[in-house]
Amino acid sequence: MSGPNTDYDPVEVTPLKSEEVEAARDAALAAIAGATDLEALKAVRIDHTGDRSPLALANREIGALPPQARKEAGQRIGQARGAVNQALAARQALLEREHEERMLVEETVDVTLPTDRVPAGARHPITTGSEMIADIFVAMGWEVAEGPVIEAEWLNFDALNLGPDHPARTMQDTFWTDPTENHVVLRTHTSPVQARTMLTREPPIYVVCPGRVFRTDEYDATHSPVFHQVEGLVVDEGITMAHLKGTLDHFASSMFGEGITTRFRPSYFPFTEPSAEVDLTCFVCRGAGRTDDGSSCRTCRGEGWIEWGGCGVVNPRVLTACGVDSERYSGFAFGMGIDRTLMFRHGIDDLRAFFEGDIRFTTAFGSDIS
Amino acid sequence: MKAPVSWIREYVDLPADVSTEALAAELTALGLKLEAIEKPGDAITGPLVVGRVLTMEAEPQKNGKTINWCTVDVGDANGTGEPQGIVCGAHNFRPGDLVVCVLPGAVLPGNFEIAARKTYGHVSAGMICSTRELGLGDDHDGILVLPADAGAPGDDAFDLLGLREEVIEFEINPDRAYALSLRGVAREAALAFDAPFHDPASRDVPAPNDVGYQVVIEDPAGCPVFAARTVSGFDPAAPTPDWLARRVTQAGMRPISLAVDITNYVMLELGQPIHGYDADRLTGPIRVRRATEGEHLTTLDGHDRVLSAEDLVVTDDTGPIGLGGVMGGATTEMSETTTHVLIEAAHWDPVSMFRTGKRHKLTSEAGKRNERGVDPTLPAYAADRVVELLTTYGGGTSEPGVTLVGEPPSRPMIRIASDLPARVTGMPIDAATAVANLEAVGCVVETDAAGQLTATPPPWRPDLTDPYDLVEEVARIVGYDQVPSILPTAASGRGLTREQRLRRRIGRALAGAGCVEVISFPFIGDAAFDALGLPADDLLRHTVRLANPLSSEEPSYTTTLLPGLFKAAARNLGRGATGVALFETGTVAFPADRGPAPIYGVDWRPSSAELAKLDAALPIQPLFLAVVLAGERERAGWWGQGREAGWSDAIGIVRRLGAELGIDVEVRSASRSPWHPGRCAQVLADGHEFGHAGELHPNVCKAFGLPARSAAVEIDLDVLMRHAVDVTPGPEFSTYPVAKEDVALVVDDATTVAEVEQALREGAGELLESLRLFDVYTGEQVGRGHKSLAFALRFRAPDRTLTEQETSAARDAAVALAAARTGAVQRV
Ligand SMILES: [Zn+2]
Repeated sequence: MSGPNTDYDPVEVTPLKSEEVEAARDAALAAIAGATDLEALKAVRIDHTGDRSPLALANREIGALPPQARKEAGQRIGQARGAVNQALAARQALLEREHEERMLVEETVDVTLPTDRVPAGARHPITTGSEMIADIFVAMGWEVAEGPVIEAEWLNFDALNLGPDHPARTMQDTFWTDPTENHVVLRTHTSPVQARTMLTREPPIYVVCPGRVFRTDEYDATHSPVFHQVEGLVVDEGITMAHLKGTLDHFASSMFGEGITTRFRPSYFPFTEPSAEVDLTCFVCRGAGRTDDGSSCRTCRGEGWIEWGGCGVVNPRVLTACGVDSERYSGFAFGMGIDRTLMFRHGIDDLRAFFEGDIRFTTAFGSDIS
Repeated sequence: MKAPVSWIREYVDLPADVSTEALAAELTALGLKLEAIEKPGDAITGPLVVGRVLTMEAEPQKNGKTINWCTVDVGDANGTGEPQGIVCGAHNFRPGDLVVCVLPGAVLPGNFEIAARKTYGHVSAGMICSTRELGLGDDHDGILVLPADAGAPGDDAFDLLGLREEVIEFEINPDRAYALSLRGVAREAALAFDAPFHDPASRDVPAPNDVGYQVVIEDPAGCPVFAARTVSGFDPAAPTPDWLARRVTQAGMRPISLAVDITNYVMLELGQPIHGYDADRLTGPIRVRRATEGEHLTTLDGHDRVLSAEDLVVTDDTGPIGLGGVMGGATTEMSETTTHVLIEAAHWDPVSMFRTGKRHKLTSEAGKRNERGVDPTLPAYAADRVVELLTTYGGGTSEPGVTLVGEPPSRPMIRIASDLPARVTGMPIDAATAVANLEAVGCVVETDAAGQLTATPPPWRPDLTDPYDLVEEVARIVGYDQVPSILPTAASGRGLTREQRLRRRIGRALAGAGCVEVISFPFIGDAAFDALGLPADDLLRHTVRLANPLSSEEPSYTTTLLPGLFKAAARNLGRGATGVALFETGTVAFPADRGPAPIYGVDWRPSSAELAKLDAALPIQPLFLAVVLAGERERAGWWGQGREAGWSDAIGIVRRLGAELGIDVEVRSASRSPWHPGRCAQVLADGHEFGHAGELHPNVCKAFGLPARSAAVEIDLDVLMRHAVDVTPGPEFSTYPVAKEDVALVVDDATTVAEVEQALREGAGELLESLRLFDVYTGEQVGRGHKSLAFALRFRAPDRTLTEQETSAARDAAVALAAARTGAVQRV
């Protein structure tokens, strides 16, 4: 370690002699080179460039020289001081860089440490799934219609061509509010929203209605008294079953991917005539009925198709009850279970997983479904 | 509806190579949906043969059982022609009987492999089978003894037992009642394969006469047609022929006795429900009328039923003897001594059938058909068919009397434009195709000069009433697979509504705050209200009750989402979670108590005033949001201690939602169940309360199994969303230097931070940019009953650097107002 030149007596020096200046410069350069950290370099800077340093003192002497000697001495001292300052700056930069590098090494942490201080939240897949479905239709220019879950009997049944003695009323076991003479039910489908839409809007109507519905079903792996449905309704001029098929094909491929399409089978719903069941190409085996290892597909039981929902051309009786001119307008409607759709999209075996509230189930889906 | 394939083929000439699967697929495409195909013999591999028991020796065993060592002639089926030695545990047969033998090498249902094996000191080479072992029934009383003429030893038993018979089960939609019969299924099969159809109802029947049993229809609307025939000398002990019992079984019904089996068989064959009476127990003429209110009838299931004036009854001079079309009465029921049988085949009004079935909670195969609509021209044919079978297999004689009263209801003539099928389906269906397809389903079609069609549906299709019904018939024959796929061009929509967008935003904000969404069932009962500690008169206890709840414990639609969330939280903690933050958004309901909702007609649109009455009768159904925070809110880890959830987390979540929606949430202290009375906040937006948040009452935590100090929020989202800012004004802010001032104010404990804050804000004036409480101190230095609140104030002007004088003047004004309003004293 080099320290200040304490045995140096500046008073006795004749600083303007060139040997002396060079010696002072060399001493400074040696001290700079010998400083191994920023602390030491700071001391060197004070000793060799501070007010009391030999070169500073010599510099102050210049004024006392005769004019002809001033220039030469000034040049000599200036060069010496320049060399010292340059060396100091270079040494400073080097030591700073070394210091920084050492610090960074010392600050190394184990980046594999856990970081889950605040646990993550999530939205329910039925919520985000319903939104995903809504977005598919909104992208086509449709709107999302909603209505009350506790609904007037007339809107849940009569207006939809389900008269009081219609056998179909026994197909859906209904929760009635007490007393039943009040004619208020927990809606058994989202169809009353369609009726409300027709009752309150002029065609053209393009709406999709996702929502919660109720039936007095036993609660098991595939049934629930509370579940979710999405229905669609179009009323416009010149609407045919072909538009229904086109819409459902588009829905299927948007929801499940290219190559997934739909198939119609004749069926019966009071709301529609003609009516059809909609089957969906099996998402798992992509319609083959067999999985890659050749075994029968479990999801579709080897059929290549999955029952998806019901649909049809809106029965003109329904249009009439809802005040739509059935001579001028025609329409189509469809409906399917959201829970069920998500069950086969995500390979969920037990419907009850949606309603148990286990955070391990829900957090797997994050805040938006994919 | 279960239809044996051989039975279908009896009425339609299907090509022999049509497989059962292909038949089922074609019928499904026409609208008879395949449920399942049953192949009873599929689980059996032969040899399964007829055997004749030659000898049997009873051998008592040490274990108390007696076995029979038998020799059985199985013809050449065993390859040797020698009798087969078989040990059999059953005793219900004797030498000479024909039985069914399964021989070594065969496999029975359940993958039960048959081999010669040593047992009870003999080598038993096979088994004599029971119906149960063959998968044909549950009867395990003994082995299956075949009729003497069933076949010869060594004959293959598969065909004999109907084991190669395949049965297709269809799901029949309510509009296709005709397909609840083999007649109807076969008609559809004929349509599917364009094959000749032989109508089982097409038969010569004797003309009605005056000597038949007297029947009077007093209510022709309820019972338009009634046919009656009688058979005398019937042998009630006569057995049901095997083929008939087998078909009834295959179709899903239970063989009972010859007479009952025949009526069921004819119902399955034609779709016409039949009722048989013991004619000797009838007194006087049969009359059909509506019941008088309160009249009694004991039906043949033994129930005494009180009748309604809407019920149709069959009566004789003793009073009601049957609930017409639904169920017969006990007094005239056929029994094991009945020799004189009266056959009733009647047509009933479907609506009456439906109502009576519902009223008396009676479901039966007959009722199912009658309430969906039966071909009204059938009664005479069906009755004659029953007579034929009773006399053939029960030894009876058809009596000469033939009763047929009433007329089938007239059929509608439906006008339909010939291009309607094309316009509705989008398929290129021309007029000729429309006419051909309507005729194929049995309609009589006339075409007028203008190309309009008039179709009269066949009597077995009461479901066809409207032009669109006919469109469906035409379309299903063309094939739904021919419908083109065309995406309609929607009118331009306006996207999601304001509320729909806000709800998504709220859900995302909560998920971002670490909350997990759950969905619970919205049903509630007193137990939950009690657990919440709600007072007896709490508004939440005034619920919309259900007439038929799933559980009597939870008879109401819920008024609060909290219990469902608490249960989900406890479930998660019970499953090992160390902390949960759950939320739910859902509808709750409060009774409107404004009377019943009207039922309007459906022939025109109700007026707007009428529609408003519907809405007025509905409960009030706001959208609520609830949050529960229980256990760890922040985890312990290498960074240090974890942190338990508490009251401030709950209120923090409400504030966070407010910030998300641009609402300045006002928080006031409140006292309300189920919250801790000292740790509950009422939250308001623009002065309107929208809910509560805070720590739960310790008793509530205990009642729901939640950790102490769990916190919760419940707010009315409808109210909150109403106050959401629609268009956020762009904020303006200064870039001049900030001036910071800290003040500590001592106030008494009862003074809230909000009050002090409010005073400071107002006092500081416009130069105040922000104010934040950064410390609360209680202790000796401020004295008992007091607290010191330390606030950081930041001042900034929009147009200049503030001078020290300006800043301290603003600070002093703030402190002065706080002092004046709250008695705050500045700590120096
Ligand atoms: Zn599959």
